[in-house]
Amino acid sequence: MTIMRKLLTSAVASAMMVGGAQAEISDNTVKIGYLADMSGTYRGLAGPNGLAALKMAVADFGGKVDGAKIEIVTADDRNSPDVASTTVRRWVENDNVDMVAGLVASSVTIAATKVLEESNKLGLVNGSAASSITNEHCTPNHIHYAYDTYPLANGTAGAIVKEGGKTWYILTADYAFGHSMENDVTAVVEKNGGEVVGSIRHPFPTPDFSSFILQAQASGADVIALANAGADTTNAITTAAEFGVTQAGQTIAGLVVFLNDVHALGAEVAQGLQLTTGWYWDLNDETRAWSDRFMEETGDRPTMVHAGIYSSTMQYLNAIEATGSDDSQTVRKQMMDTPINDMFATNGRIREDGRMIHDMYLAEVKTPEESSSEWDLYKIVRTIPADEAFRPLADSNCKLVSSQ
Amino acid sequence: MSQTDIQSDIQASILRQQKTENRRKLILNGVLLVLLLLAPFVLYPVFLMKILCFALFAVAFNLLFGFTGLLSFGHAAFLATGGYTTGYLLSNFSGLTTEMGIIAGTLVATLLGLGFALLSIRRQGIYFAMVTLALAQLVFFFFVQAPFTGGEDGMHGVPRGELFGLINLEDNLNMYYFVLAVFLGCYLLVQRIVSSPYGHVLKAIKQNESRAVSLGYKVDRYKILAFVISAALAGLAGSMKSVVFQLASLNDAHWHMSGEVILMTLIGGMGTLLGPVLGATLVVNIEYQLGQGPLRDWVDPILGGIFVLTVLAFRSGIVGEVQKFVRKNMG
Repeated sequence: MTIMRKLLTSAVASAMMVGGAQAEISDNTVKIGYLADMSGTYRGLAGPNGLAALKMAVADFGGKVDGAKIEIVTADDRNSPDVASTTVRRWVENDNVDMVAGLVASSVTIAATKVLEESNKLGLVNGSAASSITNEHCTPNHIHYAYDTYPLANGTAGAIVKEGGKTWYILTADYAFGHSMENDVTAVVEKNGGEVVGSIRHPFPTPDFSSFILQAQASGADVIALANAGADTTNAITTAAEFGVTQAGQTIAGLVVFLNDVHALGAEVAQGLQLTTGWYWDLNDETRAWSDRFMEETGDRPTMVHAGIYSSTMQYLNAIEATGSDDSQTVRKQMMDTPINDMFATNGRIREDGRMIHDMYLAEVKTPEESSSEWDLYKIVRTIPADEAFRPLADSNCKLVSSQ
Repeated sequence: MSQTDIQSDIQASILRQQKTENRRKLILNGVLLVLLLLAPFVLYPVFLMKILCFALFAVAFNLLFGFTGLLSFGHAAFLATGGYTTGYLLSNFSGLTTEMGIIAGTLVATLLGLGFALLSIRRQGIYFAMVTLALAQLVFFFFVQAPFTGGEDGMHGVPRGELFGLINLEDNLNMYYFVLAVFLGCYLLVQRIVSSPYGHVLKAIKQNESRAVSLGYKVDRYKILAFVISAALAGLAGSMKSVVFQLASLNDAHWHMSGEVILMTLIGGMGTLLGPVLGATLVVNIEYQLGQGPLRDWVDPILGGIFVLTVLAFRSGIVGEVQKFVRKNMG
């Protein structure tokens, strides 16, 4: 009896919620909060240029969606989950923010999405790498859009083994993130018939990689994989270049490398590096056209995160226009029901766990001879199909996945 | 006039001076208290709680740095230990009420503080700072590696729960008044410690350690106790912070945090009671408010500039300078 009553009440309640939600756009304004690292380590990855991408999307809608004004507020998260949690709470409670974009450091993203879940607002995550964001930390209130670590490990390792790199040596940052990358890579390499001949753990962070690179070099493995991120990755690549690792015939596989990192290193240092990316500015006419616009605004070529911010915001605003509502669940459902076909993705779709799945690319950094300009940095070696790239729902720990 | 008359005159004037100063302090504290009680109706309570937590952290640090003269560069370890312990206990044992979680976090931080103190107290100056930094880095790496902290993802979803099983802390106002009460309690405790005979010994140690030794004080014991009290209060600040934000993260354990609390104390005025509170308020505000405005790319340089300015021009910090000014002109 009680169960019946509970079911009935919840059915009535949800019907009322949907009914109320259908109404229209709250306070006739769609307010977007942009929360990202504007001054620290991840500034180049999302930062001020991500805000520019967001503004481009809003400008493409003429600053209005379905008659309602679109407003943007921004804040620097200082890579601190405290700041993120305070800021998002204040945005939602006092400023009526409907959606939060950006979201870079994983601790910041998880803190922000917890607040968004409590207050039933929407988060579009583009900057973060952690695949846990749509796994154990998934919520019905956010979408992880551009990429995550799963395809970075899976895609790069699987594709390189298929390209003939059979023996692997892994350089691992000695903390949870590095360990999980190392495990992912080892599993993929072995599954594809390769072999991991050795690995070494380095402290996080490490400024001097010489001894690690020398050991990796001495292992004679075909591929040296860098299971680390940020400054560690760039330091390792620089050191490897000094020791002439790629020139001697070994391949370096970076697992978390972005265009702005490679640009900072330059083709001379980074040449031959293999990496996985969700998007590249020079893929086709459409991406080039958008990147030219972006470059006019910012002076830089966009990273996949910048492109993801633009694309996801467009999807979000399209969904509001289609449904005439800015209610989070209505919009999220509409976004899930609409395949994504734009300059960022072809036939991308958002799964029930909030993961947007799309093709990923295995890229190799060009040599200075091949590179025709400072931003002409990648050649695409291989396309990793969406279904292979991301964590299958069958392996998901997300509470929203029905098999759970 | 006889000599005794002159003496009693002087004594009377000193008493009078102390009375006016006490009255002034009382009025100031009263005004501050009223402001703190009313603040959540005007300002955002979670933000105020953040300020209070950091203020408590700075007050704890100041007890050691400002009053005892020991520069610890590892106080983040206590903040984080308190936070992670409380967060872990409250997330995993639903039977625990919030205050029990907070007390447990404080206790663990206190024990850690005792360990730090025993290992570092015999060194002085820069060596003391370096030993505490090294120990704090060990703690940081422990939190990076330990599975229960969630590594760089942080620990999330700590329940606020109910105070004494009665008062619902999910409500921001309840939470605020709880944090305020704890903060005021600790502030009064530090005030009491500083003005007690024990506090005077600490000041003596700060001014001239050899003389304190030659007067027969077992200086190391006094210093250890000061260190442990300071660590306990820092741990309490971390514990409350993890309940307020419902998360604990590596930022709290990072050496940046140890640096930040030095900054707060120096800007506000080390060796004063209100200084660290004001310093914490300023630093948190600068970080937060500037982070939202057009100057958001410049938060770190601005903080750095203020730091340099304080060290070069206002050695005794804002509160210290104001106190000097008041004594000189209105004494």
